[in-house]
Amino acid sequence: MSTENKSIVAVIDYGMGNLHSVAKSLEHVADANTEIVVTSDPKVIDAADRVLLPGVGAIRDCIGEMRKQGLIPTIQKAMAEKPFLAICVGIQSLMAHSEENGGVDCLNHFQGNAYYFGNDHRDVDGTQLKVPHMGWNQVKHTMDHPLWQGIEDGARFYFVHSFYILAENQSEVAGTCNYGHDFCVALARDNVFAVQFHPEKSHKDGLQLYKNFIHWDGKP
Amino acid sequence: MGLAKRIIPCLDVDNGRVVKGVQFVDIRDAGDPVEVAKRYNEQGADEITFLDITASSDDRETTVHMVEAIAAEVFIPLTVGGGIRTCEDIRRMLNAGADKVSINTAAIFNPEFVREAAERFGSQCIVVAIDAKKVSAEGEPDKWEIFTHGGRKPTGIDAVEWSKKMVELGAGEILLTSMDRDGTKNGFDLGVTRAISEAVHVPVIASGGVGNLQHLVDGVIEGKADAVLAASIFHFAEYSIQEAKETMQAAGIEMRL
Repeated sequence: MSTENKSIVAVIDYGMGNLHSVAKSLEHVADANTEIVVTSDPKVIDAADRVLLPGVGAIRDCIGEMRKQGLIPTIQKAMAEKPFLAICVGIQSLMAHSEENGGVDCLNHFQGNAYYFGNDHRDVDGTQLKVPHMGWNQVKHTMDHPLWQGIEDGARFYFVHSFYILAENQSEVAGTCNYGHDFCVALARDNVFAVQFHPEKSHKDGLQLYKNFIHWDGKP
Repeated sequence: MGLAKRIIPCLDVDNGRVVKGVQFVDIRDAGDPVEVAKRYNEQGADEITFLDITASSDDRETTVHMVEAIAAEVFIPLTVGGGIRTCEDIRRMLNAGADKVSINTAAIFNPEFVREAAERFGSQCIVVAIDAKKVSAEGEPDKWEIFTHGGRKPTGIDAVEWSKKMVELGAGEILLTSMDRDGTKNGFDLGVTRAISEAVHVPVIASGGVGNLQHLVDGVIEGKADAVLAASIFHFAEYSIQEAKETMQAAGIEMRL
């Protein structure tokens, strides 16, 4: 089959390693008309119908690699015009700033910053809470959104992160989670959606979110 | 509402088959790793751990292919351990689809390897496996030591101090196996589990000795473990993952059901 009529989902590879599970889970839910392409080529990303920005590792390397490979204008262009999904460190890279690695300025697509949970993170009753926040936690929907379709409010997703987001604009918060305190785990504005958890590791609900993304027209 | 405690079935894989040795003697065949992993994924396992216990390194290629096959069908976190000695070993496993790797012996011979691995791949994917045995006599203050070679060789290293050091070097999680309990079905060593869990800020997975579902409950409530790992009680269908989760939830533990 020719790829000409296919809908392309570009998974941005900016050299931060393992994108295997992201690509495999997208392929698992993709129909015959959708092609998943892992790429660092700005031309391929520009031509794609949908763009996914994954995130692995530390924020300084993440932003550093994006800059080194000249991908920042490409990412910003994609966020301006087509369905765009950022995951894990990807969501953090879209904030104004992160406390990680002594402080790193990020892409500033969403107002707000990423902060460290701390080495002595505690629940309201004083119980020690481990950092990283690792495992399955409940995500509360704070807005209706096409990407939440078919996913129950309060469904559990798999997280692994030590920095959390405080968003300045509450109207952009699409989901929250509680770990000692409430924090933002999903942000949405226009054609951009970003999540802190790993859909590719979150079993049926994670696959559902990817399926929703593959069919999303970019309208809130 | 909050973070759920995790149940992690463990696949000990020898020459391409899931096996479970009772004290490393009576090795029983528990099936094809890919099929077993799929079954646990369907049953609601929170993660899967794949431990390559093949003695020779010739079969490493087989392990890479199995990890690929599992990762293509199982969309929950997958940890791979056994024979991880270099950053190249880690890179291969992560590229094959593992989410985390577990480092054991290599950390003892070269603790700096843990730092190097965490800096290169991120702490989130570096699990340090600790095999501990109680060395204090009755009446003495509790003391646990690290052992190598399946629990046969003492190292003289204190288990609690070692786990703190591993976290300082960049371990994102500790997989703690009590070697005097492994395979006995008498339950976790709750003392060492609690001592280590309270000493470090990263999650601790309790392993070694699970014989019934109450042991899993005890591991979390008394041992303060963040996750519990078990093999034979699930492999031979004594209990399903779902039953284990229901029992733990009924005991007041938050679970993903």
